[in-house]
Amino acid sequence: MNSSSSASPAAGPRGTQASPMARASARTLTEARIERSRTANPTDWRAIFGAIRLRHLLVLVFVIAYPFVATPFFTFQIGAQSLALGLIALSLTFLGGYGGMVSLAQMTVAGLAAYALAIFGSSSNLAISLGWPWWLALIVALALATLLAAGIGWLSVRTEGIYTIMITLAVGVAFFYLAQQNYTVFNGFQGFSKIAPPVLFGLDWHDPVPYYFLVLACSLAGYFFVKHLVRTPFGVALQGIRDNPRRMQALGFDVTAHRVAAYAVAGFLAAVGGVLMVWYNGRISPGTIGTGAMINILIIAVLGGMKHPIGAFVGAIVFTLLQNFAIDLVDRERFNLVIGGVFLAIVLFSPDGLLGLWQHLRNRLAGPFTHRGSGRIHR
Amino acid sequence: MSRKAWGLWLLFGLPIAVFVVWAIWDNYSLFFKTFLNGLTLASLYFLVASGFTLVFGLMRNVNLAHGSLYLVGAYVGWVVGEQTGSWVLAVIAGFLAAAALGLLMQVLVFRHMQGQDLRQTLVTIGLSIVLADLMLWIWGAEIYTFDPPAWIYGSTTLPLVNKFPTYRLFVLLASIVIGVGLWLMLARTRIGMMIRAGVDDRAMLAASGVNVQRVFALTFAIGAGLAGLAGVVGGTALSISPGEDTRYLLASLVVVIVGGMGSVVGAAIGALLIGLAEQFGLAYAPTYSVVFTFVIMVVALAFKPRGLMGKNT
Repeated sequence: MNSSSSASPAAGPRGTQASPMARASARTLTEARIERSRTANPTDWRAIFGAIRLRHLLVLVFVIAYPFVATPFFTFQIGAQSLALGLIALSLTFLGGYGGMVSLAQMTVAGLAAYALAIFGSSSNLAISLGWPWWLALIVALALATLLAAGIGWLSVRTEGIYTIMITLAVGVAFFYLAQQNYTVFNGFQGFSKIAPPVLFGLDWHDPVPYYFLVLACSLAGYFFVKHLVRTPFGVALQGIRDNPRRMQALGFDVTAHRVAAYAVAGFLAAVGGVLMVWYNGRISPGTIGTGAMINILIIAVLGGMKHPIGAFVGAIVFTLLQNFAIDLVDRERFNLVIGGVFLAIVLFSPDGLLGLWQHLRNRLAGPFTHRGSGRIHR
Repeated sequence: MSRKAWGLWLLFGLPIAVFVVWAIWDNYSLFFKTFLNGLTLASLYFLVASGFTLVFGLMRNVNLAHGSLYLVGAYVGWVVGEQTGSWVLAVIAGFLAAAALGLLMQVLVFRHMQGQDLRQTLVTIGLSIVLADLMLWIWGAEIYTFDPPAWIYGSTTLPLVNKFPTYRLFVLLASIVIGVGLWLMLARTRIGMMIRAGVDDRAMLAASGVNVQRVFALTFAIGAGLAGLAGVVGGTALSISPGEDTRYLLASLVVVIVGGMGSVVGAAIGALLIGLAEQFGLAYAPTYSVVFTFVIMVVALAFKPRGLMGKNT
């Protein structure tokens, strides 16, 4: 795993001199190792293309063709919103599923990115907004949100497991009250409005189709980034820390640093999602980062399944559909009951979410040897 | 005490002492009123948080439906109070209703998920959403108030404060009595001994032949009942409305984080700190009172990740 483990084999145990025979064979071993690493280093394109299946192509064609066949409502309200929510939920899936730390503060990080974009960029509140160029405000917003995520991570990682939910919930609520009661920076209860994406390359990125493609690009980038990250040494170490932190500590990994770094990465993803959400809504107010919204992200991530990154997007699509169409089935005021009931049913009967349900069905319907192994690292 | 402990006491104690001296000199009536209000709020928070910390300490179950149990006790107590006209019966009904609900939750749901901490917590989140909406459906969004009996209503004259609501003194006394009762139960009875042993090492408790599931069920019932009792008591002081469950859940979360998980004494200390900080913040710096609570939590976590009285494993 670590290339640092390929120390010079001819040195042997400290201080002792290996025999001439041992030294010769050790030298060939080192040369063979160098030769192997030289051929393994360039990206193995054949392996990557060999892993593409028909379903991947179908989904890709569907998401690209979707805005051209769907109505603007479906493209914007359903498609783009669920992808942006999915990106925030992806950060939780990465942190919770691969890092073992379920943080309820992802929406808080996304909200801070949105607030920072409003404060540093342009909005309806001319007294507070600094009016910097959009790209500068964007960079500052993403950086601040990632820093906040790292800070929250540092606060929560020194305790284990279930503490994380409590601490992140408390931090998120404190931030909500801060945003609600502070008028000099956060403009209190009203928040900011008229936050729009810039007009670039002659396109208004707030129109349904361009915005959809923007969100799609970010979501795809986020998805592949997470898929790649969990196979890197960092990602595998993170999963090791999830499974057995003591052992990883004994092996010499800095558990706290890995965890804080995971929080920072997840914070970056959530920040991008937050920027997309504020461009979608055009406004940000304390209600966007309240307890309900924080728990909604958890619901989305658990609904889809935290074992694989696609679960976040599956959950987001189901959640958005429910949110928009549940009023056709039940009284509009009882939406919480519906979503709470669905969430409860999923956690009680299929803790791996919809993905777990799908996996279970495939195993039941398929033959005895065709189901995928239950290995957690590569899926 | 070690040098480091002295340093910490000075670092935090000195500014507080300076503030206290200034506040008394500036307006002693306001100071003592705020102090008593803070104590009352602290007693309410202690009542709610003690149940929460017991359940977590023994069963490692972060019961995020604790706020809903508070509200269930409040609403059921209100209904009983309306029907019978007796406030004391309302308190008892609130305690029993929440305890029964808690017992059902433990026996029907959590018992089958022993060991899966995250899953239990997610279930409690789902339950809290469903319960909150059910209560909203049944009782609507109006504010309900209780009708306490005449002997605890009105105001008493106290030496430094002049007039102070009798009911708040009652809340303070009640929570001291309950706190002492809880401590006695934990420290002097057999069942308390089993609970303490379970908090320390659940596996050994089971290995010594104790029916662990029964102890769990009893503890959950007591914890939930305390929340329901606090619901009626707090509802009389502050009235019941749909958002109260989240508010008290978050308060007990912060109290337990600061005070330490699984420790009733820790819950008392945490409640004191948070209650006083909140009231003094409201009185002297209204815009940022919530930030004080948050700062206390962050500082406590920075120095003692498991809470002030938590075990350092």
